[in-house]
Amino acid sequence: MSATDTPKRSMRTPLGRVRNLGAAHSGTSDFWRQRITGVAMTLLMIPVVVIVMMLLGRNQAGAAQILGSLPIAVILLLFIAASAWHMKIGMQVVIEDYVHNEKLKLIAIMLNNFFSVAVALASTYAILKLSSGV
Amino acid sequence: MVEFALPKNSKITGGKTWPKPAGATELREFKVYRWNPDDGKNPSVDTYYVDTNDCGPMVLDGLIWIKNHIDPSLTFRRSCREGVCGSCAMNIDGQNTLACTRSMHDVKDGAVKVNPLPHQPVVKDLVPDLTNFYAQYASVEPWLKTTSPTPQKEWRQSHQDREKLDGLYECILCACCSTSCPSYWWNSERYLGPAALLQANRWVSDSRDEATGERLDNLEDPFRLYRCHTIMNCAKACPKGLNPAEAIAELKLKMVERQI
Repeated sequence: MSATDTPKRSMRTPLGRVRNLGAAHSGTSDFWRQRITGVAMTLLMIPVVVIVMMLLGRNQAGAAQILGSLPIAVILLLFIAASAWHMKIGMQVVIEDYVHNEKLKLIAIMLNNFFSVAVALASTYAILKLSSGV
Repeated sequence: MVEFALPKNSKITGGKTWPKPAGATELREFKVYRWNPDDGKNPSVDTYYVDTNDCGPMVLDGLIWIKNHIDPSLTFRRSCREGVCGSCAMNIDGQNTLACTRSMHDVKDGAVKVNPLPHQPVVKDLVPDLTNFYAQYASVEPWLKTTSPTPQKEWRQSHQDREKLDGLYECILCACCSTSCPSYWWNSERYLGPAALLQANRWVSDSRDEATGERLDNLEDPFRLYRCHTIMNCAKACPKGLNPAEAIAELKLKMVERQI
């Protein structure tokens, strides 16, 4: 990039531009939650794969029978919660990295939240429905 | 969206091949980025041939030889020529480093390719505009902050506490790390970058400083600190062998530590 291309030249001092609106005093919670959910998913991955393999080739009644077990249902519900949360935080980071238009960024982050909650609720509903044998 | 391509007037076009020096027995080809703000043209890459029997072994020696013997208009920063000042940081053969400590013989195949530090505005040729980089350094307030009465002799520090500053205080602010970081390329207005954060950790880790919490407050931000995605280009690029990624990880750890 050449000097003449420097975007948004203003008369503000460089330090004023760097300080800008100040620190948001946030970000640590998301950082920590991303680690917690990451570790949780690592621990849950093997049981989840085993459960999915147990479900392969079974009809709805067979699946309902397996998911009727409390530990199996809890493992799947925990995995859904961890992965949906992890997905939400991870996608938000990607959006913040690459989308620089403020309006577009806000809309994308909002849609990301809606999508993650919808996926988490739909998956939870499916597990609960099958595990309760309805 | 992030700009993945160079702006039209920054695209590299053509370049001049300068004649080989007469009487030279051993030549090394240099391909050097050129851009002059005054001629209104796009950047180009000029080809030079350096007589390696007549100059020192480092890339900086080659550039100085070119400036003295072939093209006095070639512009670059240099000062100490021994890896202390950080002035001659540039991109050599695809790697950000100091021209004074990189031997031209370490560039194995073909020409020695020399470009300015990536993703910074160019002032001329190999000189980047580091105004934002220096302002980010200033924003971490790199000086001792205390409220206790100043002791008569000095602020004391144990040997163990002093050792915690090793790997941090050696930074020469050459900008090799920050300008090698993709996250810094996309968000350099808001992300402080590896160099400023390493310096921030240097003051956060200083046992004599009394503003640790205030410093962490100033850094706790999704962009200022948390744009670091542990890509590790910074550690690979650092010509002083420091590890800014580790310093940033320590900052994040301290952020978590004070919350839980």
